[in-house]
Amino acid sequence: MRDYIVQFSYLVASVLFILGLRSLTHPDKARRGMQLAAIGMLVAICGTLINHEIIDYKWIIAGLVLGAAIGYPLGMWVPTTALPQRIAASLSFGALASALVGVAEYHNMMHGALEEVSRAKMAALGFEVMLGSLTVTGALMAFGKLQEVLPSRPITFKGQNLLNALLFVSAMVLLVTSIVNPANAYAFYGMIAISAVVGVLMVIPIGGADMPVVVSLLNSYCGLAAAATGFALGNSILIICGALDGASGFLLSILMSKAMNRSFANVLFGAFGGEQPTAAVTGGSALPIRAITAEDAAIQLAYAQRVIIIPGYGMAVAQAQHTVRELAELIEKRGGEVKYAIHPVAGRMPGHMNVLLAEANVPYDRLYDMDEINGEFSQTDVALVIGANDVVNPAARSDPSSPIYGMPILDADKAKHVIVLKRGMAAGFAGIENMLFHAPSTSMLFGDAKTSLTKLITEVKAA
Amino acid sequence: MLILELYVFVLAGFVGFMVITKVPPLLHTPLMSATNAISGISLVGSIVAAGGQHSTLATLLGFVAVVCATTNIVGGFLITDRMLKMFKRKDEAK
Repeated sequence: MRDYIVQFSYLVASVLFILGLRSLTHPDKARRGMQLAAIGMLVAICGTLINHEIIDYKWIIAGLVLGAAIGYPLGMWVPTTALPQRIAASLSFGALASALVGVAEYHNMMHGALEEVSRAKMAALGFEVMLGSLTVTGALMAFGKLQEVLPSRPITFKGQNLLNALLFVSAMVLLVTSIVNPANAYAFYGMIAISAVVGVLMVIPIGGADMPVVVSLLNSYCGLAAAATGFALGNSILIICGALDGASGFLLSILMSKAMNRSFANVLFGAFGGEQPTAAVTGGSALPIRAITAEDAAIQLAYAQRVIIIPGYGMAVAQAQHTVRELAELIEKRGGEVKYAIHPVAGRMPGHMNVLLAEANVPYDRLYDMDEINGEFSQTDVALVIGANDVVNPAARSDPSSPIYGMPILDADKAKHVIVLKRGMAAGFAGIENMLFHAPSTSMLFGDAKTSLTKLITEVKAA
Repeated sequence: MLILELYVFVLAGFVGFMVITKVPPLLHTPLMSATNAISGISLVGSIVAAGGQHSTLATLLGFVAVVCATTNIVGGFLITDRMLKMFKRKDEAK
């Protein structure tokens, strides 16, 4: 009877989770849907607590209390600009939970009836701890890069891919060994250690701008590790949630790779930007650049009918989202129309810019995806580029020799005027010269994004 | 038993794929934090490990796993809700 209650609670939770994810198709319904999913989680936890295998509740309660105490500030106090590293950290926690459950289960089997261990169960356990430990260290590295504790540029060395391949193959060999002979603890723990090293090596050669792909991919691994836990424990809700998480991460990685016109393999093994700068700097300084004062830029904006704002990672770094919204409201008050064009890989994780702007109280119906807005640039008076670079580089359309050739971009260069807010003339993350900055219709307003925007606001008010 | 589990996995993956394809890029960050919170369901496994009293090591590992998973659940659902609260239409934003 008890088991039926447990299983029923899992069924209810699964349905609520899927409904919750489904609600994310529309911002109006999303909040209610996710609250239902949270209730589903509560149901599943309560269901589990009556499981007959549980003898002692002391550690469980301690863990729940401690976890809630850590989770609350992580949920309520982390600023939206720090969301990418916050997500990376939680991927690491999630994977750690899966890996530890796997090790505990293995330990119990080793000290119990080993003969009963089936190959299938051992394979599931193996995958669980392998994916788990790989994701733990990989997500930690991603966290370090996003938090800038570690250098966000790609770290590469000779023979890196060969080393990675060798380590990966040896982890697989150890996995097979421990499936064939579960009693071989050296193989099992050795595999964990090697997977952890692979996780580190997999992420360090990846540059900051490629982080959206890596974070999505780690999300997918984290889900698969949870699903493997489900297989090992014979628990269907773990399998279902793992599959949902895995599918979501996988889909996002595909979308992100597509938005950069690159394959998974290219992102993981390519170390973009690591090799490019030497070729890209050539002739850069010889091209003409038109710098503009805040005063002149403000006049263009004040009398513009249609303005499209293109935010990039630079806006997040300068924390300028509120100032952007103020400027936009000012232009609207003067009768202009302002839209925001969001490139899928703008920022450091999928949807990063949308959250920042929503936080600054920009209505979401002003935020447009690339495909929705690209046709409108030709009827736009001013395209205002704030801290974005590669996503507006026309070389992606025109220059087959460019490393970003073929990547879908925002057609900012088709607007009548382009104003670029930029710190200095440094190349973008990919280290590629941006022809947009040298176009006759483009004016550059140098300086910190927030300071420039504040000046623009004062000047537009005066205009 | 295994084949039944594979069914569940594959079909759930399908459902996930179908549902998530419809999520607009606008909400991709909340989607990530939501799936993250949901994957905190590994708490279910951690609870059994922490309360099973098989061995001290298993209890200890289970305890750490419970902490990690609970952190993700509490933090994940809270941050998702916080983000979703920010998305407003024009008439609501004022």
